[in-house]
Amino acid sequence: MKTNTGLMRTELIGLGGIVERNAYLIKRYVWWEVAFFLWTVANTLTIVFIAEGVEASGGTLDVNRQTTILLIGAVIWAYLGIIFEILTETVAWERWEGTIEYTFMAPLSRIVHLGGMGVFAVAYGVLRAGLLFGAIALFFDLEMPQANYVSALVVLAVASVSFIGIGMMTAVLPLISPEKGTQLGFIAQGMLLVVSGVYYSVEILPDFMQAISIISPATYALEGIREAILEGASVGDLWGELWALAVIGVISVPLGLATFKRGETHAKRHGKLKRSG
Amino acid sequence: MSHSITHERLHEPAERSSIPAVSVTALRKEFVRRQGNLLQRKRRPVSALDGVTFEVARGECVAILGQNGSGKSTLVRLLSTLLLPDGGSAVIFGHDVEKNPKAVRRLVNRVSVEASFFKKMSAMENLGYAARFYGMTAGETRHRIPEILTGVGFPAERRNESMEELSRGMQQKVALARALLTSPVLLLLDEPTTGLDPRSKLEVQDFIRAMRAAHDATIVLCTHDLNEAESLAERVGILDGGRLLALEPAPQLKARYAADTLEEAFFVATGRSFEDEPEAEAEENE
Repeated sequence: MKTNTGLMRTELIGLGGIVERNAYLIKRYVWWEVAFFLWTVANTLTIVFIAEGVEASGGTLDVNRQTTILLIGAVIWAYLGIIFEILTETVAWERWEGTIEYTFMAPLSRIVHLGGMGVFAVAYGVLRAGLLFGAIALFFDLEMPQANYVSALVVLAVASVSFIGIGMMTAVLPLISPEKGTQLGFIAQGMLLVVSGVYYSVEILPDFMQAISIISPATYALEGIREAILEGASVGDLWGELWALAVIGVISVPLGLATFKRGETHAKRHGKLKRSG
Repeated sequence: MSHSITHERLHEPAERSSIPAVSVTALRKEFVRRQGNLLQRKRRPVSALDGVTFEVARGECVAILGQNGSGKSTLVRLLSTLLLPDGGSAVIFGHDVEKNPKAVRRLVNRVSVEASFFKKMSAMENLGYAARFYGMTAGETRHRIPEILTGVGFPAERRNESMEELSRGMQQKVALARALLTSPVLLLLDEPTTGLDPRSKLEVQDFIRAMRAAHDATIVLCTHDLNEAESLAERVGILDGGRLLALEPAPQLKARYAADTLEEAFFVATGRSFEDEPEAEAEENE
């Protein structure tokens, strides 16, 4: 029988296989990726121009600061969208290609399978978010003299653990509903961000939404990244946000895995773990 | 991956010869069919497998004959841990498919009627991806994949073409290569030659024979090709309406039903011609 070390090695090779496959697919669909990136840039611009629009229509606000706040919100929205999209593709894309049965009958533990998707999603999401941030910043004469990008990346990295956990929960949706499950992932993304102060402070939200914002990792991610970029907060200064994100991450990953496994059991019970759903 | 590695995934040596490769006992699977509109929706259970019992010895090739909707694919999915049984049990080399699916997955691979690959990826990339799940590194597969592709008669110059550029027969050869790459102790073949041209069909069948001879794999072949069943398998079973009516060597099966051919035996056993398509009640959910 294989030793634990041997089994661990096998699992890690499997995780690498998931990342490798996603990299192949990005390469094969690179022009589609470019097109979607341009769409994201356009979508982000529609949000970020709002600050200048308010000033142009007679409003008074710190345009530089407000534009940066909107930019961070839009970049996090796009980042979260990629994380959820890639994790939801764990089922949706494999079903479309017809490979789902081969992947789910392989001797790879589900945590490693989903973890591999999460690792790739974070790597690709960070790269894409960085490009998006830079591309949008070119449109505006933004000044971020105090920005602490290292702190912002640390917050994003810790928040990503929670995002992967929640993404695991959304990944189960196409197993339950092959037709509409993927779209439900976008609903989860919107619901998460609307309570998290994506383009505004959570303090303006109704009380019940503020209560929900406390358990949303996006709340702490947005606050922490804005403090790092606008105020130059160090990692030590952001301990409150990082601690909250770590706690949510520790809870959300096992919860996400348990949710996925429950969905997988449901699919196996009802014959939905197959190419045509 | 050598055959000896495959052996390591089995039980201790003393157990290897004593336990059957596949032991299925009173296996049941039902699906629910929904009928009616939103206000008057009814749920009707449809039986896909109904108390199926059989054993397959290690190294044996068993063919299961059945029409569309007979339960063949459901049986393969249960044995490959993609479905959970509603009753009975299925045990692969001593591992219950429901209680210990991960151990079963290390021993089993399958080839189905659809080749099922990432269409934009090449044969090399698809096989590399599949191999990683079984713990094979890029260094190990760099030479192994070309060897296996050559073994199944796949042209070397097409290894890096995307799968969507390949014919159905070529794709099915890559599917066989994928199954062989992981050195399965039990190979489940679910209509592996359906839809192939006669030449490709013969090539695939020859390869299955060669693979058995070289690797001592146990094979469960689900098919509705009577000649294929008779030429490849030591025993042939008839699955009809989710019930296994018989499982015997082809000559005994014919003798049991006083038939000259398997087609006649099927007709006597089921009351239907093999070409007649039954109302595929459970097929939609299989």
